[in-house]
Parts: sequence; structure tokens; C-alpha cells
Amino acid sequence: VMASGYSAKEEDGHHSGALGPAGGAAVRSRKPDNTAFKQQRLPAWQPILTAGTVLPAFFIIGLLFIPIGIGLYVTSNNIRELQIDYTGTESSSPCFACSQNYSWNMTTPCVCSVSFSLDQPFESNVFMYYGLSNFYQNHRRYVKSRDDSQLNGNLNSLKEPSKECEPYRTNDGKPIAPCGAIANSLFNDTLALYYNDPNGTETQIQLVKRGIAWWTDKHVKFRNPVGDDSNLTAIFQGTAKPVNWQKPVYELDSDPENNGFINEDLIVWMRTAALPTFRKLYRIIEKNSSTSPTLPRGNYTLKITYNYPVRSFEGRKRMILSTISWMGGKNPFLGIAYITVGSICFFLGVVLLIIHHKYGSRSSSADLTH
Amino acid sequence: MWRRRLTCLFGGEEKRVDSRTIHAGRGSSPVADAFPQQKFCDNRIVSSKYTIWNFLPKNLFEQFRRIANFYFLIIFLVQVIVDTPTSPVTSGLPLFFVITVTAIKQGYEDWLRHKADNEVNKYPVTVLEDGKRVGKESEKIKVGDVVEVLEDETFPCDLVLLQSSRDDDTCFVTTASLDGESNHKTHYTVPDTVKDVESLHATIECEQPQPDLYKFVGRMHIRRDGQETAVRSLGPENLLLKGATLKNTKKIYGVAVYTGMETKMALNYQGKSQKRSVVEKSINAFLIVYLCLLVSKAFVCTTLKYVWQNQHGQDEPWYNPKTQQERDTNLYLKMFTDFLSFMVLFNFIIPVSMYVTVEMQKFLGSFFITWDKDFFDPEVQEGALVNTSDLNEELGQVEYIFTDKTGTLTENNMEFIECCIDGFQYKNHKFLTETDGLCETDGPITITLNKAPEELEELFLRALCLCHTVQVKESQPVDEIDGVVLDQVDGFSPSPEDQCAFIASSPDEVALVKGAMTHGFTFIGSDSKSMKIRNRDNRVEVYELLHVLNFDPVRRRMSVIVKSESGEVLLFCKGADSSIFPRVRKEEVDRIRVHVERDAKEGYRTLCVAYKRLGNEDFARVDAELREARLSLHDREEKLMAVYNQVETDMILIGATAVEDRLQDRAAETMEALQGAGMKVWVLTGDKMETAKSTCYACRLFQRGTELLELTVGALGEGEGKREERLLELLLEYHKRVVHDTPPSKTGLHRTWSSPGQDYGLIVDGATLSLLLNASPDGTGSHYKNLFLKICQSCTSVLCCRMAPLQKAQIVRMVKSSKGSPITLSVGDGANDVSMILEAHVGIGIKGKEGRQAVRNSDYAIPKLKHLKKLLLVHGHLYYVRIAHLVQYFFYKNLCFILPQFLYQFYCGYSQLPLYDAAYLTMYNICFTSMPILAYSLFEQHISIDTLLDHAALYREVAKNAMLRWGPFFYWTMLGVFHGLLFFFGVYCVFSNPALLPSGQVFGNWTFGTIVFTILVFTVTIKLALDTRHWTWINHFVIWGSLAFYILFSFFWGGITWPFLEQQRLYFVFINMLSSMSAWLAIMLLIVLSLLPDVLLVALRRPRGRNTRQVLPRSPLCFPSIPHQVFQIPPVSHLHAHISSFLHASFLCISFLCPLSLFNSAVAG
Repeated sequence: VMASGYSAKEEDGHHSGALGPAGGAAVRSRKPDNTAFKQQRLPAWQPILTAGTVLPAFFIIGLLFIPIGIGLYVTSNNIRELQIDYTGTESSSPCFACSQNYSWNMTTPCVCSVSFSLDQPFESNVFMYYGLSNFYQNHRRYVKSRDDSQLNGNLNSLKEPSKECEPYRTNDGKPIAPCGAIANSLFNDTLALYYNDPNGTETQIQLVKRGIAWWTDKHVKFRNPVGDDSNLTAIFQGTAKPVNWQKPVYELDSDPENNGFINEDLIVWMRTAALPTFRKLYRIIEKNSSTSPTLPRGNYTLKITYNYPVRSFEGRKRMILSTISWMGGKNPFLGIAYITVGSICFFLGVVLLIIHHKYGSRSSSADLTH
Repeated sequence: MWRRRLTCLFGGEEKRVDSRTIHAGRGSSPVADAFPQQKFCDNRIVSSKYTIWNFLPKNLFEQFRRIANFYFLIIFLVQVIVDTPTSPVTSGLPLFFVITVTAIKQGYEDWLRHKADNEVNKYPVTVLEDGKRVGKESEKIKVGDVVEVLEDETFPCDLVLLQSSRDDDTCFVTTASLDGESNHKTHYTVPDTVKDVESLHATIECEQPQPDLYKFVGRMHIRRDGQETAVRSLGPENLLLKGATLKNTKKIYGVAVYTGMETKMALNYQGKSQKRSVVEKSINAFLIVYLCLLVSKAFVCTTLKYVWQNQHGQDEPWYNPKTQQERDTNLYLKMFTDFLSFMVLFNFIIPVSMYVTVEMQKFLGSFFITWDKDFFDPEVQEGALVNTSDLNEELGQVEYIFTDKTGTLTENNMEFIECCIDGFQYKNHKFLTETDGLCETDGPITITLNKAPEELEELFLRALCLCHTVQVKESQPVDEIDGVVLDQVDGFSPSPEDQCAFIASSPDEVALVKGAMTHGFTFIGSDSKSMKIRNRDNRVEVYELLHVLNFDPVRRRMSVIVKSESGEVLLFCKGADSSIFPRVRKEEVDRIRVHVERDAKEGYRTLCVAYKRLGNEDFARVDAELREARLSLHDREEKLMAVYNQVETDMILIGATAVEDRLQDRAAETMEALQGAGMKVWVLTGDKMETAKSTCYACRLFQRGTELLELTVGALGEGEGKREERLLELLLEYHKRVVHDTPPSKTGLHRTWSSPGQDYGLIVDGATLSLLLNASPDGTGSHYKNLFLKICQSCTSVLCCRMAPLQKAQIVRMVKSSKGSPITLSVGDGANDVSMILEAHVGIGIKGKEGRQAVRNSDYAIPKLKHLKKLLLVHGHLYYVRIAHLVQYFFYKNLCFILPQFLYQFYCGYSQLPLYDAAYLTMYNICFTSMPILAYSLFEQHISIDTLLDHAALYREVAKNAMLRWGPFFYWTMLGVFHGLLFFFGVYCVFSNPALLPSGQVFGNWTFGTIVFTILVFTVTIKLALDTRHWTWINHFVIWGSLAFYILFSFFWGGITWPFLEQQRLYFVFINMLSSMSAWLAIMLLIVLSLLPDVLLVALRRPRGRNTRQVLPRSPLCFPSIPHQVFQIPPVSHLHAHISSFLHASFLCISFLCPLSLFNSAVAG
């Protein structure tokens, strides 16, 4: 139906040349050029794919993929990972009370602590993630609801945020900074990790806040607005804090390099997750001595300042401790997939080889001619 | 369309009158008569469509009238109005691009037309007004003006010739620009108007304008002071057509009868009906499937969205509140806009770019036909001509070929071979030799025993000299070069003796006149009233030419009535035997018939010559009748025909002539190849059965072993009443023999080739055919037709002789509309083939000697029949494969493009979040994946040209739309689905832990999309690379270039914060993705895994190749070493060639694996 709409020569009858005085007599009478291009005889490589040519490819793929797969699998298996769900929907959970009694305008924060133990030590740097489930950060309405130019430090956008930020664009007539639903729903549980020494003392583990966001985000994409005053508070004067926030953006952190729009927790949150179940990097536990593991085997306590409600949409919250390898976090999928594909290729290669031997001894690998 | 409307506008009120009245020399004749003053349009030619003012609205309107454009416009508007996931730019930009390019192209074409129009309209002409010569612009000419035209000028409108500067009241014109016939045609002045053009008082009554160039009926009333009004009839010989050029005549005066858009030329350029190719039908069918897919996807998503939202807390979680406007919207309206949004999100599945690419492919691809030097014919000095590029691929789908005989299978270069006078045979020699009338002696024995009576012999030769419409070229000095050129163009050669050359519309006539010349009678020349011949005694005889009873294909004969010097009135008639024999006395027939039949069997064209003496009263009566018929305004043709038929009776047969028409160069080879390619060749000719049959044998359409079935008047026998019964009997018998006895085999295509059984050939003639097709209107009619069709389809070749032009078209239509609607191709060179050329799916014109009519109406024109082989077997085959692959690939690549986006909806709360960034959505079809497939569809040669030429049977591989049937479509769709699923779920599994960076940082949704998109672009491009069998540097450049461009673009797009973007979604996404080893590994794994089935299929296709190999020992499809190489490798570099081919062999593998090796080195580092 549609292709018929297009016609190359709709106006066949309108050949102006034929109507002109010179008329159709002006027919080309010259011989076509004898060029390779016009005669469709450009030199060409003409590969013929037959079992013969394809066969080595199968073996090569097989031989390459299986070791890669094994490497990946082993790497993934060597990664230590620990996940603790602290949503608190079950009555047995330590955070049950916090999750039940939650309301936005609470004055005293609700704190709950979860104890766990590590059977094996985490040797290298440990990365602490928070994970959310059934949280649609990739909902279109949500994804749109931000103003990148405001976050980039544009003063106009600071005062006049983008329309996309609705309904979190202004509050009481004052522009919200940072505006939009994403910023408004910034994850605000505070997670603290304590090591329970066998001798009974509890030592808080140092959590590094920096280096959790992409370098380019932190240094280019996100910038604090620059005013006459170097004081962030003054610059953000006249803006409102996001509705659900407890403190304004210029009080996110005491470190001026991690405050305002360049607060890394905010930046990490602003990179919307791909799937409704996701994890985001929260803190890094750096390895300080080369001799002792970062997290030795033993008992730990996770203390959560429970601010973030997920019960209303049946979401879940997790804390994840993980070491990292060259391939990132723990993910056995790639290793298994590589081994599988490699084996399939190898197997097919063998089958094809048998077929090849049985039926066609004539076709060689030099199947290509010019 | 528009022009027609314009014509109506100007000539609207005269539609009710079926003739027009024109006052010649308007200014001077305010004669009040019964006729109301009619209004005629002015002499302005308007071929342009637009003016500067209406261009924009009109062009836009016309463009959006096309359904596809309209669809995209709607999508665009939805995007503008409704809150949709993708910005309107994503679909607006491509649409804007397409519309602009088309508008510019059309605007330019229109500008050219304006220029050409102006050139014609502003051309200075001289008009006589009140006896004075006035200079005017051509467009100012009114109907009734007397116009002066000088030699070599083009007539500014259709004129009735009043006065010529030549003595014999004739003028010569060439109509090269109208029908391409470059010979000079004679036109005659209206008698009695010669003297006083300035003071002419005349009224012309003529029919309303009609497009037939060769028909004109009119009447001229000439008033002279004090005299009675004289009435003269006007025919086409008096009409000078706009566009024709005056030749050999210093000056003429003519009165304008048709002007501007009503001239025959303008009416003839109304354009012909559009032919659509099978591929286009397939595209439309696929489109509907995809449209359904699109709608159902959108529907599924909408439904699920509302189901999902009904769950507790999912509709509006606290972190993602709706805007006030969203809350206020009516639920059903919201559902509807959601549906539209999904449609918009998935609309890329039907891409604008496909239309653009298909159009470009067709347009650019057709150049290869014009450029092909193998189609260049040194004789015609021309190559092939492409009149439409819409049907390129149809050339690869032809199942039935209908070919004309004369000029197509044969050269139409006539040579007088022999004649037979009163039963005695005369071979063509300088002196008369006669051999035994019946036994053929090729030896030198020439015993002059029997010889026709002298007077009969001379009468015969006189008849040959007089009964024709040949012109002798002006006796102006014919220099050598001119003569040579004319010889090439028109097929006559200047006679060595007296430097004269003959010009005729039919080469037969020239051959006959020349034949008479060798026997001593020379035609010297003629003017409108007399003909001169030089007889054997070198004495010039002058005959007064009284009437010419023109040749027409229905009567199949022509006559002249002349008055000899002695005052005797003679009618000479020549024509086909079948049309002459019934009109002569029976007793003479038999003696001649033997010769005629034998000559016909030899493949000669025979004509019979008869004469008749007309007594004075007879002649007076005939003369009166003819004049009356000529003067009549209505049904003149029929009336003339009746008079002709009445006059041409009771004649005396004198003899017959045989003219040889040689077979075209490599006609037999071509026909054999076409048959080998599974095409059925039908010969449709106006010629007689015996001649046609022998041509068929000569062309190897009929073989020695072919059993011929005849459905001819002869086979049916005499007796009107019994014919139908006999016909049915024959039909049933043949049907039984042909259809039932042959072993049942499903496809008719393969039977002719593979089964060793009996070959059948069918011969049918015009009379029987009309009996068949017009048989009793009740049910039996269609029964006859079905039987006939079945027989025809089971025969290897069919010969239809004695066909009228319309019957040719009828046959084509019958086959075309038969079961399975096979693709038909008609090839012909003459005006009588135009109807079948227009009727068939593909019409091929041969640039022959019978003018340009066929070429003008054809879709493709080639100089010679032999070129048909390459046109079909190579160009057709390649074009079909190319476009079929193009179409399938386009649907495939958009399916696997959009499927992940569809799947993503399940994981983003059905919120219509696009998976890919807007830039990728827009650029995917425009930049990243469009060029490789375009290059493929222009340059691919899956089998080399020479192999295609050598193995005609390869054509069968693509027969019956093999690559665009539902099977392959299903395969491609499944491939697309497989790839789409793989891309999405592969990356989904990888993203189960989004911490993919070695720094522990996580990836977001745009990285997810970018990874999928990268895999997608690489996979579809490499998939095309795997399908490419012919890698020119262009393919290399475009394929690897596209991939490189994608990478560069991604770097660039993500490398800068673009000020015009509201959200910097892709900022550093691509680069960060590349810094993740897992992303690399995932991309490579998924690309390899997606292409695995294709590679596997290639490997498993071998057994099929083995089968084909038995039939075709050297088909490159299945056999590794191609015997015919695209270019020659010099023997010295043999070793080098081997090495390089081996290197190339590893190349494909490397192209897969180079990312892997990169990875390896990265690991090592």
C-alpha cells in the first residue's frame, strides 16, 4: 500500500526535452564509456563461504572463547560479594520498626542495625553499594525530570529550571535546586559499617565518599554555579531545597569539593539505572595496609539511618559489599556464556569437519578467487 | 492530470460538439454562419506543473498525497502534539530531508520544463494577417491563423497545409521528434488553395483533437468570389504536426487547426499508465505484516501498561509523581495517547529511509543498463535506453516472452530473392532466368523452356514498380557520406546506376522496387499525380496516379489505381496471399500457391500481386465512392474500408514475390538461452504461418523433435458452422496429449528442461484465436480459453501467426491474468507491437527500422534482440537479487533495531522510554546502516556476469519471486527476532550487575542502550558483509567506513556537552563503555553468537550446492573455483593470486576476531 505511494517517474508525460524544438531527436548516440565502474567490472574480491572456509572460523572461535570464558568465570568466582537486605518488611528484621513507622516529617531519624559475619576476608578494595528493587528509575517521566543545565552550574537555569522538572520545579515560588523528580528522590539512607572485634570493641570502618562517580560527571557534567561569592550558600540563595530533602543542596557535605551539585552521592543517583533492580556505588573501603585484608573475617554491624521509604511500591533495599576485578563486579553470566558459545562452536566445528570429510574432499580452503 | 484539466478549461464548452469549425485567415472573414464562434486554447505549451507561487503548497500537497509520506507526517504530528518518548526531530528530520530533496528535484525538473516551454512559446513565427506578414511569438498563434514556416523549422502548431513552395504541391517533413522516424514524409496541400493564400476565404471543419498521430479527418470549404463553395477533404496527409520539421521545401503556408495543449504532440505526452513490479507488491505485503506487528506491539504495551499500573503502588510511586496535567487527563484519552506514543516509539520499524534507498537503488541502478557497452550497437550508434527504472528487478522474473517476428527475430532488412510470374520462377539475377516452376534447382542449369508470356512478365514488373508508396530521394547531389548515413538509418542504399535512393515506410516495398529494377523496370519518381518508370527499352512511361488504397494491417494489402499513357485504368494490388487469394479467380491460384507455400517454408516473406482493368464506368463509380468516403467526417475509416474491399475484387493474379528477411544476429542463441532460463517464448506475428514457422525453426524455438500442434484455419477445415465443434475436439485432443500424457511435474518451469519427454509446440492463427476468445458468450467460452491456456502453458513454445496488433495484446493479457499471474515480457520493434508492449509487465522496444513507436512506449529499449539475453539473464537477475536482498535486509535490520526497544518497555514500567538515544534513533537508518546496503544493492554480483551469461539455468534460481516469498521473509523475520532477543537479553544478563567498570562504578540506562546499539550496528553490518559476494573497493569502503563512522560519531557525540541539548544523556557514555572490559566482551560475544546461525547456514548449504553442481558443473554458488573470473589474472602473478586469495580467506575470520585480539593484548597489558 505504501510503496505504491512512491513512484520515481510520476510525471512521465512531462519530458520537457521532447516538447522542445530540438525534440526527441536529441538522443544520445555516443558509445558508453568502457570504464570498469560503468561496466560493473570493478576488481572485486569474491569470497565463497563454504564449509571449508567456515570450518577454521568455528575452531578459532571455539578455541578462543573457551579460555576467555574460563578466565571470566574464575575471575567472577574470585570476587567476594555479600548482600544484606535491610528493607524490614518482615517482622523479624531489625529494620521492621523503622520501615513501619516511617513518615517524611520525622524529626528524629530512625536507626537500625544489622549484624552479619564474613566467613572469608575481603582482600582488596571493597566497594559498598546500595541496591534497590522494583524501583523504576528508568520510568520515562522520571528520567526526563531533571535539568542538566542547572546541574552544570548555569545560573539562569538555577533561577528558572526547565519545564521538565515539573512537579518539582518550584516550591513556594522559589526554584528548586536541584529540580526534578530524580534529585527529589535522592537515596538518603546513611549506611555505616562497624567491625566487631572479638574483644568486644566496635570499630567504625572508614568509608571513602570520593571516587564513586564517573570522573567526567564529577568534573564536567556537574558543576556548582559560580557567583560573585565563593560561598555556596550565598549562590544558592533564593532557591528552595527539593521537597523530600532534609537539608539543602549546599549542605550535603562539609567537604567543599563534594558539596552542592558536585556531591558524588547526588551524581551517582542522577545517573538513572537501566533496570528496576539496580545497585549504585555508595562508598569505597580502601585497603590501607598490604598485609592485612581490607575486611578481615569476623562479625560486622551495619548501622542504617532509615530515611528512604520503599514499602509503598513494594521495593526492597540492600547493602552490597563487593570486591572488584578487571571485569567489574561479580557476574558469572559472561563466563558461562563464553564457555557455552565456545563449546558450541567447537562442537559444530567437529560436526562440520566430519561432514566435510565425508562429502567434500574436493573443496579446499583456497575457495576464493578473483 | 493537471494538464488535462487545463485542456478542459480552455476547451471545455466545445466538448459537446464533436467537430470544430475554423475560419482560415480569421481577420478577413467575418462571415456570419450557422456555426457559433468556438473558443480554442492558445498556442501556449504548458508542460510545467508549478508556478513560482503555487510551488510550495502544491508540491507539498502532491508529496503528502503519497501514502508513505502521509504516514510519516502523521507520526511526526503525533510526536508534536502528544507527549511522546522521542522528540519530533527523530522522525521529522528524515521526513524533512526526503521532502526537501524531492521538492528540489521536482522544482529543478519543473524549472527545466519552464525553460523548454518558454523556448517553444517565445519562438518567433510569421503569421499572415490581412495579407501582411506579421512576426509573432509562437504562443500568440490562434486557431485559424495562417502561418508561414521555412525550411528546417519546426511547425509551431498543427497546421493544414495550404501552400508549398514546391512545384508539385507537396512538402517533406520529418517526424523524428514525434515518433523517431527519420525518413522524409510527403504531405500534400489542399487542392485548389494554392494560388491565393492571402485572400483565402475558407472554413475548415475537422474533428476534435485526438492523440492519434496518424489520423485526421476534416473538410475544407473554400469560398471564392462569385463561385460556388468548393469542398475538399482533409486527411492526415494534409496535416503538419507540431514538432515535426520541414525538410526539402523552402516555405509553406498552413492554417492552424490545433494549437497549444490540443496539438497531437501535446496530447501524446499525457504519459502512460504506471507499471508496478512484483517486488513492490511484495514490499507492500511485508509492510502490512510489519504494520500489524507495529500495531500489535503498541497494543500489547498499552494493555500491559494499564494492567501493571493497577497493581498496588506502581502507577504513581512517591518518587515519581505525575504532573497535574497528567492527572487531569481522561483515562481513555490517556490510553489513546499512550497507544500513539508506543506507535511512535516503534515506528522506526517502517523506516522512511527504505523508500529512499529503494528509489535510489532503482534510479542509480538503471544507469548500469544505459552504461553497458555490450548493448551498444555500432549500426544504430546507440546503447540501451531505460524509460522507467521501476521495473529493473522485473527483468529477473520473466516467465513468458512475447516476441514479434519481423524486425525483432529477423533483421527487417529485406532482400528481393525471387519472384514467380504465372507459375514460373524467376531468381534474382541481372538477367532473367527461369527454372522449372516446381523442382528447385540450385545448380547452374537454366534451361529456358518455360517462360511466362512477355506481356505478363512486364505487367508484373510494372505492378511492382507502381504499386507502392516509395519516394525517390530528391535528385540533389547525394554525396557519399550522406548516402552512407542514410543507408544505415533507413536501410536503403543509393543505387549505383542512377544515384537515386528510395524512401519508404516499409522496407519490403524498397526491396520490391529494387527487385523490379534488377529485372529491367526502374521506378524513377512520382509526384502527387503521376508516377514515372523506365522500362526495359529505357523508355520512360508515365502513369497518372488516380488513387492509392493504402495498406493497413487488417486488409493486409494495398492497391493503386493508375491510368496508363494509353488511357487504360488499371488497379494493381499486392498483399498477403491470404488476403489476395480469395479475391482473384480460382484457377490462377493453384499454380501460384505452390510457389508461395514453398517460399514461405524457406522463411521468405511472400506477397502476391494481382491486377484488374477498370472500365470507364467502373472507374467513375469507384472514383466517386472513394471521394465520397474520403470526404465523410464520421467513420471515414470504415467507409473507406468498405469501398476498398469492394474495389479489390475479381482481380487477376499475376504472380508472387519472395523477399528474404534474415534472422537477427545471434537470434537462435538468444532464444535458446532464454528457454534455458525457463522462459517460454511465444512468437506473435502478423506474418503467415509457414514463414513464421520456418523462422521459429531457424531460431530453434521449434526443434527437430518438437511435435507441432496446429490450431489454424487449415486444421479446422472449411465450413463455418462446424469450426467451433472441430476446435473443441482439437482442443480436447491436444489437451489430453500434452497435459495428461506428460509425467506430472509440479512446476511447469522445470518440466521443459528436465524431463526428457516430448516437446510440444503450438501454432495458432489469428482467425482461430478470435474464434477461441470470442467463442459463444456462455460458459463454453471460458472453457475453451482454459483448455487453450493449459495447452499453451505445457508447450515449449507457441507461435501465433496472422495476429492483429490488438490480438497480440489480447494474448498477453490472457497469459498475464492466468493462474499464478506469470510475469510477461513483450519485445517488438514496430508500431504494431505497441499494444503488447504496453500490456505486458515489461515492454522492450527494439530500436529497429520501423520507427520509434515501440521504443517510445517501451520500458526498456535495446538496439538488437541479442541484447535481450544479457538484459534478462544478467541485469534482470542481478537487479532482482539486489533489490530482494535490499528489501529483506531493510525489514530485518529495523526489526532487530526496534525489538530490544519493545522488550525494554517491560522493564521500564511501560513508560515508553526509548532504549537508544535520540541521535542513535535518527541516525541508525540514515547514516550507520544505510550506505552498506545501498552499495550492496548497486554492486552486488553474487554470481559473476560471465557465469550468468553462460549458465542460463541460473535464472531459474530466482524465478517466481523466489527471494521475496513468505518463506524467505519468514526466515529474515525470524533472524531479526532472534537477533533482537539476543541483543536485549544478552545485555540484560550482563546488567544484572551494573557495576561493570573496573573502578566499581556503575552503568546507567543510556549505557545499556548504547551497548545494545553498538552490537546492533556491528551485527547488521557484518551480516551484510557475510552476504556480500562481490567486494569492490566501494563495498569495503562503505562497510568498514560505516562502522568507523559509527565509532567516531559516538566519540564525538558523547565527547562534548552539546549546548542545544536539554539533557546530556550520552555524555561520555560511549567512552566509558569502552573502558569496561565486560562491555567489550559482551559486545563481541553477542555479535558472534548472532552471526553464528548465518555462518552455520552457509556451511550447511553445501549439500544443496552439490545437487546443483550436477546440473551446473561450474556454478560458483556451490563450486569453489569460478571458471570465469571477473578480471584476468596474468599467469605470472598466479602464485601471488593464490597467496592473496588465501589472505582474503582469513580476512573474514579476522574481521570477527580482531576485537578479540585487541582484547587479548589488553589483558596481556
